[in-house]
Amino acid sequence: MTGSPRLAARFAALKAEGRSGLIAYVMAGDPDLAATLPILRAAASAGADVIELGFPFTDPMADGPTIQRAALRSLKAGTTLTAVLDIAAQFRAEDPDTPLILMGYANPIEQMGQDAFAARAGKAGVDGAIVVDLPPEEDFELRAAFAAHQLSLIRLATPTTDENRLRTVLDGVSGFLYYVSLTGVTGVQAVGPEAARAAAQRLKAATDLPVAVGFGVRDPESAAAIARTADAVVVGSAIVDVIAEGPAAEAPQRVAAKVGALAAAIRQARLPSGALR
Amino acid sequence: MDGSSVPPEGQSPPAPRNDDRLPDARGRFGAFGGRFVAETLMPLVLDLERAYEIAKADPAFQAELDVWARDYVGRPSPLYFAERLTEHFGGAKIYFKRDELNHTGSHKINNCLGQILLAKRMGKTRIIAETGAGQHGVAAATVAARFGLPCTVFMGATDVERQKPNVFRMKLLGAEVRPVTSGTGTLKDAMNEALRDWVTNVHDTFYIIGTAAGPHPYPMMVRDFQSVIGREARAQMLEREGRLPDAVVACVGGGSNAIGLFHPFLNDTAVKLYGVEAAGHGVETGQHAAALTGGKPGVLHGNRTYLLQDGDGQITDAHSISAGLDYPGVGPEHAWLKDTGRATYLSCTDDDALDAFQLCTRLEGIIPALEPAHALARAGEIARDLGPDGLVLMNMCGRGDKDVFTVADALGAKLA
Repeated sequence: MTGSPRLAARFAALKAEGRSGLIAYVMAGDPDLAATLPILRAAASAGADVIELGFPFTDPMADGPTIQRAALRSLKAGTTLTAVLDIAAQFRAEDPDTPLILMGYANPIEQMGQDAFAARAGKAGVDGAIVVDLPPEEDFELRAAFAAHQLSLIRLATPTTDENRLRTVLDGVSGFLYYVSLTGVTGVQAVGPEAARAAAQRLKAATDLPVAVGFGVRDPESAAAIARTADAVVVGSAIVDVIAEGPAAEAPQRVAAKVGALAAAIRQARLPSGALR
Repeated sequence: MDGSSVPPEGQSPPAPRNDDRLPDARGRFGAFGGRFVAETLMPLVLDLERAYEIAKADPAFQAELDVWARDYVGRPSPLYFAERLTEHFGGAKIYFKRDELNHTGSHKINNCLGQILLAKRMGKTRIIAETGAGQHGVAAATVAARFGLPCTVFMGATDVERQKPNVFRMKLLGAEVRPVTSGTGTLKDAMNEALRDWVTNVHDTFYIIGTAAGPHPYPMMVRDFQSVIGREARAQMLEREGRLPDAVVACVGGGSNAIGLFHPFLNDTAVKLYGVEAAGHGVETGQHAAALTGGKPGVLHGNRTYLLQDGDGQITDAHSISAGLDYPGVGPEHAWLKDTGRATYLSCTDDDALDAFQLCTRLEGIIPALEPAHALARAGEIARDLGPDGLVLMNMCGRGDKDVFTVADALGAKLA
C-alpha cells in the first residue's frame, strides 16, 4: 500500500543515519490559531523529525486531561478542521520536508466528508492522519480516499493487540505503525521503557514498516531508552504541557527547548556510551 | 407467546424477520452502528461480542436470566389500562406497560442483570457504568452489590447536583460515584470518562453501558435484554384485547426502553411505532436533546448515529429537564428505524412533559419519571387521533420519585 512519499523519505533518512526519530505532537489552535504556526516552526527547527498536528474534538475519549484541556482551549479559540488544514498548508509552504500527520477523531472528518478531507489534506501538503476512533474495521472508506492522494492512514497497535489482531492491524497499513505503549489514555502514566522496547521489537519482527512508540513518554531519559529500539518516539502531552504553562507569545521558545532536549537525547541514544557527552 | 408467527404445519417457514437480521456482522443497522473505538478497546469489544453470542445461544444463560428477572426484578411487569387518562384524552384506550414497578424503579435493571450475568461468565471482577439521571447507575450498583463485584459509576458533575437522591442510593449500594467535570459535566462526559477508565483497566473491567448505544455489540445486546418489555407487552395485549395495539409509544434518550418495547413489534407492520424525544425549551431554540428530530448523522461513543453537532462535527450540548434524556446522541437502531420510516419520532418540550407528569399523577395515582412523561404527552394526542376504537401501548419505563425535587423546582414549590 503506498502512502506518503515524504514520510517514507524521512524514515529512510533516519535509517541511513542509524538513529531513531522524534515525532512531536501539538494541538492546533492551542492556545489560539495564530500561535500554532510559530510553534510548528520552532518544533521542526529544534529537531522534530515528524510533526503530529492534533485537530480538536469535543469528546476525545482516548485522551487524558492534558489533551482534553488543549482541545477545549482550541475549540474555544474557534478552531475548525478547515482552519487546521490552512495552518498545515502554511507550514508546508515554508518547510517542504518535515512530514506532517494530522491526529484526531472521526466526526469532524465525517462532517467534512472523507473524500473532501483527503483531497484538502493532500492539497495542503499533509502526509497522513491518525484517527483514534477508526479501527481497521471502520477505516476502509478513509483508507481508499487517502490512497488516491498518497496519504498514509496510520494505525495503532497496543498492549492488547495479540498476534492474531496484529495481522488485522497490519493489513493494508502504510506510513508507520504507531505503538501505544500503555493501556490507558494519552499522557497519564509514564511508560516502562523495557516493556515498550520489548513490544517495539515484537512489532518490528512482524512488519517492515517503521514502528513509532508513544503515549506516556514525557522526558529525554525515557525517550532515549525507547529510541534504542523504536524507529521513532512520539511525545505529545509533555509538549502540550509546556505550551500551557506560560504566556502564549513565548510558547515557541518553550516548545523549542523541550523538543531540543528530547531530540538531543534521541540522537544520542544509539551512540556508544560516552560519545558526544 | 408469539402465536401469530407460527406457520401452520406443512407450510414453509416465514421469511427471515427484520429483527433477526440486524445488526449485520459489522454491527451495522444500515449505515448506522459499527465499532468506532480506539484500537486498545477493539480486542475487548470483539471478545465481548463472542462471549455474548455464545451466551445468547445457551439456554442455560436465558434460563438463569429469566429466574433473576422473575424473583429479583418482579417480571413480568403488569399491563395496566389507564382508564382515567383514556377518558381525559377522549380517544383510544391507553395502556401502560408498568416497567416502573421493577426493582430499582425503572427498566434499566433488565439490561444490568443481563450484562452482569455475562460479566460473571467472562470472569470479569470489576464493574463500571455511566449514568445520567442515576437510574442506570442505581441499577448497575444494585446488581454489582448482589453479585459482590466492586462498581464505579461515572456521573456528570451537573447531574450529581441535580440527582442527589440517586447518588446517595448508589453509595448505599456500595458503589463509588465519580463526578465527571470534563466537558459539560453531563451524560456524554460520563460516557467519555467511563470509556477512558475501560481503556485503562482492560483486563478485569466490564463496562455495563446503560443505553442501546456505544460500539457493537452493545446496541444489540442492550436491545435484546430490554426486549423482554415488548415480548411481555405484546402477549399481554393479545390476551387482554385479543389484538395488537395500533400504536406503541416510548420516550427516547439513548433509546433503550423504546427499542426494548419496539423490537418485538417490528414485523407487525400494522403497529405504528412512536419514539418521543426531549425537545427541552423547543427544538427551534437549539436547547433540546432531540438528536433524531434536530440532529444529523455522525460518529460518537463508538457508533454512527444521529447527533446534536455543529457544522464542524463538534458535539453540542443537549438540554432537557429530564437528566435521563439529556444526551446528544441516540441508539443506532433508532437512527435506522427513522431512516427506513418504520418508526416515527416526535418530540416533547420540558413544559409539556411537566404537564403530563402532573396529569398522570393526579388522574392515575402514578408518579411517572420525567422521561416517560414525555412519551405520555404525545401518547394522549396519538390516542385522540386514533379515536375510541384504537389501542395505544405506552412504556411507563420509570417512576418519578427521583424527580420530585426537579419538578418542585420547576413548579416553584419550596421543599424543606
